[in-house]
This record gives sequence, C-alpha cells and structure tokens, in this order.
Amino acid sequence: MAVSSNAPVLEIKDIAKTFGPVTALKRMNLSVRPGRVHTLLGENGAGKSTLMKILVGLFQPTSGSITLRGEPYAPKNPIEAKVLGLSIVFQELSLCRNLSVAENILATHEPNRFGFIKERDLNAQAARIVEDLGLPVNVRTKVGDLSIAQRQLVEIAKGLSRPADVVILDEPTSSLSDSEAEILFTIIERLKAKGTAIIYISHRMEEIMRISDDITVIRDGSFVATTEKQNTSIEGLIALMVGREMKDIYPPRLVERPSSAVSPVLAVENLSEAGKFENVSLDVRPGEVVGLFGLIGSGRSDVMKALFGFGQPAGTIRLNGNPVHLRSPADAIRHGIAFVTENRKEEGLVLQHSVERNINMVALGQLAGQFGFTRPARERAAAKTEVLRLAIKTASIETPAGSLSGGNQQKIVIAKWLQTQPKILILDEPTRGVDVGAKFEIYRIIRELAAAGTAILMVSSELPEVLGLSDRLVIMHDKRVAKTLDAQGLSPETVMTYAAGIHQ
Amino acid sequence: MTNSTETKQALLASPLIRQYGGIVISLIILCLVFSSISPRFLAFNNFMNIMQQVAVIAVAAYGMTYVILLGDIDLSVGSIIAVAGMVAAQAFSMGFGFAPTVLITLAAGAIMGGLNGVLSAKLMLPSFIVTVATMGIYRGAVSLPTNGAPASIENETWLAIGSESWLGLPIIIWIVIALFAINHIVLSRTIFGRRAYLAGGNREAAIYSGIRVDRLKIIIFMISGVMAAISGILLSSRLSSAQTNAGMGYELDAIAAVVLGGTSLAGGVGTMVGTILGALIIGVINNGMNMLAVPYFYQLIFKGIVILFAVWLDVRSKSMRT
Repeated sequence: MAVSSNAPVLEIKDIAKTFGPVTALKRMNLSVRPGRVHTLLGENGAGKSTLMKILVGLFQPTSGSITLRGEPYAPKNPIEAKVLGLSIVFQELSLCRNLSVAENILATHEPNRFGFIKERDLNAQAARIVEDLGLPVNVRTKVGDLSIAQRQLVEIAKGLSRPADVVILDEPTSSLSDSEAEILFTIIERLKAKGTAIIYISHRMEEIMRISDDITVIRDGSFVATTEKQNTSIEGLIALMVGREMKDIYPPRLVERPSSAVSPVLAVENLSEAGKFENVSLDVRPGEVVGLFGLIGSGRSDVMKALFGFGQPAGTIRLNGNPVHLRSPADAIRHGIAFVTENRKEEGLVLQHSVERNINMVALGQLAGQFGFTRPARERAAAKTEVLRLAIKTASIETPAGSLSGGNQQKIVIAKWLQTQPKILILDEPTRGVDVGAKFEIYRIIRELAAAGTAILMVSSELPEVLGLSDRLVIMHDKRVAKTLDAQGLSPETVMTYAAGIHQ
Repeated sequence: MTNSTETKQALLASPLIRQYGGIVISLIILCLVFSSISPRFLAFNNFMNIMQQVAVIAVAAYGMTYVILLGDIDLSVGSIIAVAGMVAAQAFSMGFGFAPTVLITLAAGAIMGGLNGVLSAKLMLPSFIVTVATMGIYRGAVSLPTNGAPASIENETWLAIGSESWLGLPIIIWIVIALFAINHIVLSRTIFGRRAYLAGGNREAAIYSGIRVDRLKIIIFMISGVMAAISGILLSSRLSSAQTNAGMGYELDAIAAVVLGGTSLAGGVGTMVGTILGALIIGVINNGMNMLAVPYFYQLIFKGIVILFAVWLDVRSKSMRT
C-alpha cells in the first residue's frame, strides 16, 4: 500500500470562519484517514455546512489551515476542489431534470472535441461509472423521469465521476429507502477498499453506527470530540452532540392512550385509487398516534394525499362517523385536517417570506377581520405565540424562513398547521433532515397534541421513530395494508417482514 | 453633526429607504439631469403633464403588479387597452349613456382578462404563451366593428375625464391616485393580497395550505384586464376616439414599471408603491426626452439603458443588505 492507513489524507487545523459579527466556526479540527468513513455529527447550525463549504472552496476560512495529502489546500471553487481530489455529493439535488443521467454525471467535464460533445463517449463513460457503482439506472434516461431516490443515487454517481481522495456525502440517505440505502453502503465499502476517505454526514444514528469508522462530534461551531465507533454508543454520541444527557429520545406518553371503545374521528374504509393504492382501511381515535409504515413505493404517501383532498379515490372517508367527500386541500382544512408535508422547502414554506407570514399562512382567514382585511397586530401576536410554544429559534418573526435551520423550518411548518387547531394531524416524515435536538422537541409536540385530543397519523421511514411514538401501526406493502398491529412491544423485525411482504 | 449623522443612520436603517432607495435615487438623478438641461422640466405644470402621460401606463401597471407577483406575465394589456376604447365607442354609438358604457367597458376588460386566466389555469398553459396569443387576438378584434378605421367618441362626460380638473388637479390624476390607494390596500392589507404573495412565492406550498391557486390566478388576470380597460378609458378620453393601434407596446412599459419598482419576475415579492415609482421613472424619461426634442429612436435606446441601470442599481442595493 502506498499510503499508511494512519497518516491522515485530509487535516483541518484550528479553522475559524466569521461572517461579520457572526461566528460560524470557532476552532474546528478534523483529521480524516484514507480508507475510512469519518462521520461528522452535530445539530443543524452546529457548523457542518460551513465546514463543508470551506472544504469545497465556496467559503474561505478566516483563520487556520487545511492540508490535503500533506500539502496546503485552499481551493477557490468546487471545480478546483474536485481537480485537487475532493468531491462532494450535495444533499439538495443539484441535477438538471431535462438532461440525461449521463449528461448530469459528466456535467462540467463532458468528453468533447472543440467544444462539441462526443455523445457516444459521454454515454459510455457514464455507463462505466454507473456500472462500477452498481446503480440500477440507464444513463440515457432523463433525470426528470427518475424517482427522487434514484436521483439521489445519480447525484452520488456525479460526485464520484472523478477519482477523489476524499468524498463528502451530505445526508445521502435522506430520500433513500432501506434497499436503496444498501446500494449506497455497498458503494461506500468499495470506495473504502480503494483507499478513499469518506466524510459522512447524517442524522440517522442507526446508520451512523453501522457504517462509520471514526465519528467527530461538533457543537456550536467547535470541535467536541473524535472517537472510533467501537468506543462509543448512540446515547453517548447524542449526549456529546447536545451537550446534555438525553435518556430517552422518545418522550413518554403524557396521558393514557385512548381505549378501543372510543369511536374514531377518522375512519377510512376500502379506499382505492387506480395505480396508487387499493382497499386501504384504517382509523384514528382522538388522542391516538397511528403510524403508517411502508417502504418507498408502498403507496403510503398517496394515501395521505388522498386524505387531504387530492385525487378522486373510491371508498369511504368518515369523519366522526359521517362520510365526507374531500374535493381539495381547502376542503380538508375546513374539515379540521392538517397535513405537515414531507418536503418543507417545496410544499411547506415560502422561503423568502418572513417567519410570521409563514406561520400565518393557513390560518390567514381565521385571523382576518371584516371584509377580508388582515389584522397585523393579531397576526404578529399569533406568530409570536407559536414561536414561543414550539421554541422556534429565530432572530425575530420578520426573519425570512429560508435563513433558519432545517429543524426550525420544520417547526414553522408544524406551527402553521397548529394555528388551525386541527382535529386530525397528518405528519409525513416530520423529522426528515432535522437534528437530534429539534427531533426531540418535535416528538414532545406530538405527545402534547395527542394528550390534548388531536388524532395523529404519522408516516416516517425511520422505523425506530414510528415504533417509539405510535400507539398502533398500519403497515403497507405493495399498495395495500399488509397488517395493522398494536405498537406496544412490537419488534422492528416483525414490522419489516410485513413491510417487505414476507409475511402474508 | 452627531445628531445629523444619527438621523442619517436612522434613515439608512429604515426599511422604506432600503426598499425604495435605489429607485428613488434613479428618479432624482433623472430629474436633475433633465432640469439642468431644460429649466421648464421642474415646473409644476410639467409635473402635471408627466402624471397625465404616465396615467395610462401606471393604471395598467397596477394590474400587472398582481400578475407578476404571482410569477406570471400578461402581454395582452396593450391590446385590451385598445379593445376597451373600441367597446366604449361602439356602446356610445348604440346610444348607451356614460355610466352603462363605463360598466360595459370594464366588463369587457374583465372578460378578456378572465379568458387569459382560465386558459392559463385550467389548460395549464404558461401565461406567457396564452397572452402572446390573446395579444394578437384582442388586437385583431379591435378592428372588427370598424374594419380598421378609428371611431370617434363624443360623450362629454367621457371626454371630461381626460381634459377637466377637479380641485386644481386633472381628473385623470385623481383616478391614478385613487386606484393606487385601492390597489395598495388590497395588496398589502387583505387576505386576497396576502394569498397572491404566498401563491407567487411558492405555488405548491400555497396549494397545500388550502389556497385555491387556480381561482386566484383567474381573479388576478381579471383584475389585470379591468385595470387595462380603465387605461383604455383614460387613453380614449384623451384622444377623443378609439384607435385600432392604441396602447400598442404599452404592456412592455407596464412590465418595465413593475420590475423597476422591485417586483420580482419570479413572483412572491413586490409592492404597489414600487410600481408607481417605476411608472414615474418611465414617465419622466418619456417627458424629459420629448421636451428636449430627442428623436424617437434615441428615446427607445436611452429608455432601455435607463431601465437596465435602474434594475441593476436595485438588485445591487438589495444584495448589499444581505
């Protein structure tokens, strides 16, 4: 071996970064060794993204030094970083939907002659990369025709299209199903075997414990500790990350779960929509948390959308025993249904608008005065109340929602629905891309709402989360309900066998 | 001294200055340039002139503000201006009185705008394409009643709009001010206005929040049509006739006014205050160059450059804040 596995390939020493009066990074140290997966763990806002942006040359550090393969490293932009041997796979999809997989993977270094792209070489080269990684996609397909998960895999292929000494994976599994995540983990193993160092960022503790070799925890812009995986535990890492002991990340129930004698507020009977889901039946009682679990493609998201007035499903939806026909989201909202959507940036927030505007987005009509006039004082008060209640960290209610961290953005989405005082709250991946501290608070909010009698239907692809919070679990497989089970004492293995369709 | 620096800083910090600073400075620079060349420029009478000339553009730009705020575009307003004049001329010749004619004209604007909105919302066509098409259709329709000839308008009340004054101000200016107040309040103080901002800022999020975005779009295009029809009333009143080529190219001046006023073409951001300031810039340029007898083709070139400069100044002052 040319490189000794103990000599770090990338070394970051005392890096600091300030933006005017704001300190984003105080004193960051990181030492990444070849052939190892080095996980960077920290709450949103801890400084991970700033550090990544420095590494790819989007920001220049205020002080400190970085060496790559022992030589000073200071790229001016991501392309230069790539040439020097450091690649990044962005969490936010950076692909052009109208171009093919091959065109995306080889973007910025297409094989060409005099600026004319050599189509055949392009496809061949891309096909080789895709094959090397074991991705199940055709390089001629338009990216727009791929599923979100497949796009994420293409994004990874794009990041790996050039040999790199260091590869940064920023929350690569956030939109992947378990089986697709497995493909990614295989890729990571191959890269490790080649001696590539991987900087891995994720909020999913189980997966971190599985694939990491080294773990560095950062908090408030500073280095806290680096440990090897075998010397630590999930609880220990969380404690380091939030700076306090967190005994149980799933807060206990505040009141007894409702008895099965209580009649459901939402009852769905034999709901079907061609090609999306078939004969789905489920019910939710007031004060109950029902988890809807299924792998990607199982139809769970479409069921939720149908319950929020999208589409024309056959079957019956009953609210408090009365059949209703939900024609639109506006209709569903009028019936007391709220829907915390999966993608807060696309379906949840108007990022350039203020926190206040976003919080009052749904309850606008309820807050307004006569003749459709808005009432600014009342709106401000309402927004401030929610900011306090959900502990949303923001400079003021005038701050644009887009400048808040992921966890706080998610809380705004929840806040805008709580404003309507819903009877039924549907949560689609409520903690996706949210740091541990904010996750805990979202769990606490869910418990409080249930205690106050809200019926909660929750989808999450994080099984421990669904198991930790739900009273009952509806498991979907292949567009049908495979099984409805009491969540008490249920093992993840049992759930997975139903979700994977092994149990019939 | 210290006091004045403090006031200066307070002024700079105020959101109003930050929001409209760039465009107001552009306006002042233009006024200074024109008045240094021609002393007549700064006279009160000339200001009245500018306002009257700007009226047709400003009113159409009010409607355009909603449309652009929604992330859409309405290229048919110039044609609607012409159709409105022709509809009024025909209504008068059929013997309708002043008030019914006004109503018929406004209804024609609402129908034409509504058609734009329905085509765009229900057939899910981009508004750019829809209004390029209806721009041609409406422009052609102007000539249908008269085979391309202009039609004169003789109703005295109608003609008074463009020629009479009330309390020392031309009626046309009162209309511009009144419509500004109404549109400003609708946009900034009503649920309807707020929904326009939300739907323009993020269409998906608006739909998920229970906003009926299609209906909103149709209403907004109807407003744009009605505002264009009012522009048509003002123009036909000043010209005492309905011309088939009236308002040609006005849609671009209206769009320029809105964009100069800081409304984002991507939607979700903008104000009526900005739009009236933008319309004033265009009015000042037109008036100043007419006064200096600058040939028309030079005017076009100069106007283009000023628009580029003002928008650049605005973008720069906004990016400096963040």
